[in-house]
Amino acid sequence: MSREKILAAVKKNEFSQAQLPDLEALNSLTANSGDLALQYTTIASAGGSFVYEVADMDAIKAILQKEFKPDVKIVSGIKELDDYTYAAAVAGELAHSFADVELTILQSNLGVAENGALWLTESEMNVRVLPFISQHLAVVISRKALVPTMAQAYTKIGNADYGYGAFISGPSKTADIEQSLVIGAHGPRSLSVFILP
Amino acid sequence: MKVALFVPCYVDQFYPGAAIATLQLLEKLGVEVHYPKNQTCCGQPMANSGYEHLTTGCNNLFVDNFSGYDYVVCPSGSCTLHIKEHLHSPEKEDQAVEIRKRVYELTEFLVDILKVENLQANFPHKVGLHSSCHGLRGLKISQMSELVAPDFNKPAHLLNMVQGLELIKLGRQDDCCGFGGTFCVAEEAVSSKMGKDRVDDHIEHGAEYITSADLSCLMHMEGILRRQNSNVKVIHVAEILNHYSHE
Amino acid sequence: MSNATGKSHPELAAAFNKDEPRVDWHDETLWWVRAKRDIAAHKLPEWELLRETASQIKNNVLSNLSSYLEQFEANALKNGVVVHWAADAAEHNQIIHKLLADRGINRMVKSKSMLTEECHLNEYLQEHGVDVIDSDLGERIVQLAGEPPSHIVLPCIHKKKEEIGDIFHEHLGSAKGESDPKILTETARQHLREVFLTRRAALTGVNFAIAETGEFVICTNEGNADMGAHLAEIHIASMGIEKIIPERKHLGVFLRLLTRSATGQPITTYSSHFKKPQQDREIHIVIVDNGRSVQLGREDFRNSLKCIRCGACMNTCPVYRKSGGHSYHTAIAGPIGSILAPNLDMKKYADLPFASTLCGSCSNVCPVKIDIHDQLYKWRQVIVKEGYSPKAKTLAMKAMAFTLSSPSLYRTAGKAGRWTFKHAPFAVNNQLNPWYKHREMPKSPEQSFGEWYSKRKEEKK
Repeated sequence: MSREKILAAVKKNEFSQAQLPDLEALNSLTANSGDLALQYTTIASAGGSFVYEVADMDAIKAILQKEFKPDVKIVSGIKELDDYTYAAAVAGELAHSFADVELTILQSNLGVAENGALWLTESEMNVRVLPFISQHLAVVISRKALVPTMAQAYTKIGNADYGYGAFISGPSKTADIEQSLVIGAHGPRSLSVFILP
Repeated sequence: MKVALFVPCYVDQFYPGAAIATLQLLEKLGVEVHYPKNQTCCGQPMANSGYEHLTTGCNNLFVDNFSGYDYVVCPSGSCTLHIKEHLHSPEKEDQAVEIRKRVYELTEFLVDILKVENLQANFPHKVGLHSSCHGLRGLKISQMSELVAPDFNKPAHLLNMVQGLELIKLGRQDDCCGFGGTFCVAEEAVSSKMGKDRVDDHIEHGAEYITSADLSCLMHMEGILRRQNSNVKVIHVAEILNHYSHE
Repeated sequence: MSNATGKSHPELAAAFNKDEPRVDWHDETLWWVRAKRDIAAHKLPEWELLRETASQIKNNVLSNLSSYLEQFEANALKNGVVVHWAADAAEHNQIIHKLLADRGINRMVKSKSMLTEECHLNEYLQEHGVDVIDSDLGERIVQLAGEPPSHIVLPCIHKKKEEIGDIFHEHLGSAKGESDPKILTETARQHLREVFLTRRAALTGVNFAIAETGEFVICTNEGNADMGAHLAEIHIASMGIEKIIPERKHLGVFLRLLTRSATGQPITTYSSHFKKPQQDREIHIVIVDNGRSVQLGREDFRNSLKCIRCGACMNTCPVYRKSGGHSYHTAIAGPIGSILAPNLDMKKYADLPFASTLCGSCSNVCPVKIDIHDQLYKWRQVIVKEGYSPKAKTLAMKAMAFTLSSPSLYRTAGKAGRWTFKHAPFAVNNQLNPWYKHREMPKSPEQSFGEWYSKRKEEKK
């Protein structure tokens, strides 16, 4: 069988031990980083995200009301943002039924300052395709949930048992046509990030 | 110290001026230089073409010529690198190993061994320094643009001691000139395009002369410059460092 | 990749160089990507330590690959993922076809996978009645153009926007003469959205497969891998055996290096971690060997398997920039391609290790420190030893070696050469001499250094 054939061929050609390196030196080099919210904002904005530092959920509601028309389909994974369809309530529906969602609002509990990325698992997304199929995406995060780099992010994630998770660092984009950056490829056309205290 | 001069085959035959300048420069700096007269070639043209196994004759000859010296100095980065990495002799491996430890390209010898801090030299011209790949990434005679590491440049350090010389900045610091040994004829189209682009970079930034620690690069660029009827000339670093005119 | 014309790199490169302004455009575009990589790397003082760490992790992977593969499989199975093993490209294609045929599926959406290019999956499936649409914008463009991708990260870097506009006008109904990237991208978005919503099967590649947890990671900017996978009933992921990394925390090293090396971005828009299938859906992984275990056995070349497919070596390579990816006539072009391909077919790819000046820039930008330029040199020795070098070249080299190992022969030859250049320049200054095509021959000095030195010695006496 191919499995046995492949494993045998690989085993035969393995060579003497090369030890795994210790990551401590690298991790400690990146542990401290000053104002993480400022760094996050600068880099996420440079990558095309709209970043807002806000005091509370009401401030977020106000901005969303201004940016999005009242009659579009909006799904929210956050209980406090209850003017919209609650994601958990519709999580069992067919993935394709979310094709007409204009805006999805989700919560993230881990953000990375060095690259503007936000970690969301299936629990925060409720439906895996939701943060991709939606025309626009908004994510709410506490500034306390920011870490300096991916090294610290994976320490936080640890051995969590998710079925699916993704780092999302901006609106979908492509530069495949003559290296011209175009925002809005197949995923959302925009990413708005709300940083709470 | 006993120093032997290793003159690459094509320098011997086509650019003796660079070898003469190297010899004169070293003697000016108080070095007693021996020139083993039976030297021929380091074997690189064959080895780089996949024929390393044919270089035994060359290697043995090299070992015979260059054993027993404190240093072997060569005005060519690529030839120096080749000896450093590939000199082997089945019967005289110990001697080969010794030579590999002691072979130096000219500018690294001047900076690291002789620790030259000033030169009586003048060359009042705008000069573009071409960082040839073997000297750069092989011998590390200056910092490589790809790396996140402190800057240094041994040839530039020496050229900055030359009165009146102005080193120009380039658009691309260390892009390859395209010579590459037999590559220059086997992949002629790409090779000459690479050379043309390198030369254009120097010309755009005002070079009157293009210099390098490697004459293979200069030979290739000179061929292109002369085909273009350009006024820009090539000159080996040794010829600049050895240049002193009283006018 | 298919080399329909059977032409070698020098021939294809010469054809590419007939249009000099286009070569300049291609060269400057890729150099710009290299420059962006430099800016991103220089922002991290710990960059070189990151590279060294990644290199060591991958060294460890290669030295324990069989047990990591078994660990990965066991964990993936626990997660409810189905794992298949394919010894070669043919088996990979057959496995995927069977998965689709068993489910009555004859239309599939694909996100970028260079492994599937290597296996010629699209052609195979097409021949067996399965329509495959590539969803990565660059891949979709070359698919519509009937060409292979020319770069592993930037598939249609060789195409101008006007050409892409023409392709979209012909196949996707965009306006004639439209070449605005925003409008063309919007056209593709609408077209591919329909595809995502209507295809029951999605195939993706794998950037990293984590042995510790059985999950795999896919990195995209467009979100096409996720759109396809989350809307499909069956998600098939193709991976080479070398995509393994030991632990989840190692992603904290690789995800910091990958995109900075590839495009200069700090990270792709999406880094998606797939661990378990959605309810009532399937995830299948196809683990592929296709010559990799053989390469693992080549002591001088096994480090090429550390590759994380960032493309940085292509962006920096002056030969790649000035000859284009298609000149390499293989799925993966450029420096890394030139040390991987000879392992697959030494005769067919004998020209590739010679398509280089051994400048060494590739090795310096490689995030996992593959000694690419050293391997190019070593492949040259192997190719010549195995007899894949032209006879004329071998004869010329033997003559050279013979001459250069004798001081007197060397001196005579040198003198003869100088005499010819001086007195019979037409013998070398002609179109039969490839050097002479774009360069003047070196001038002939009166005497060699050796002769000058002997004279000086005489005069001193």
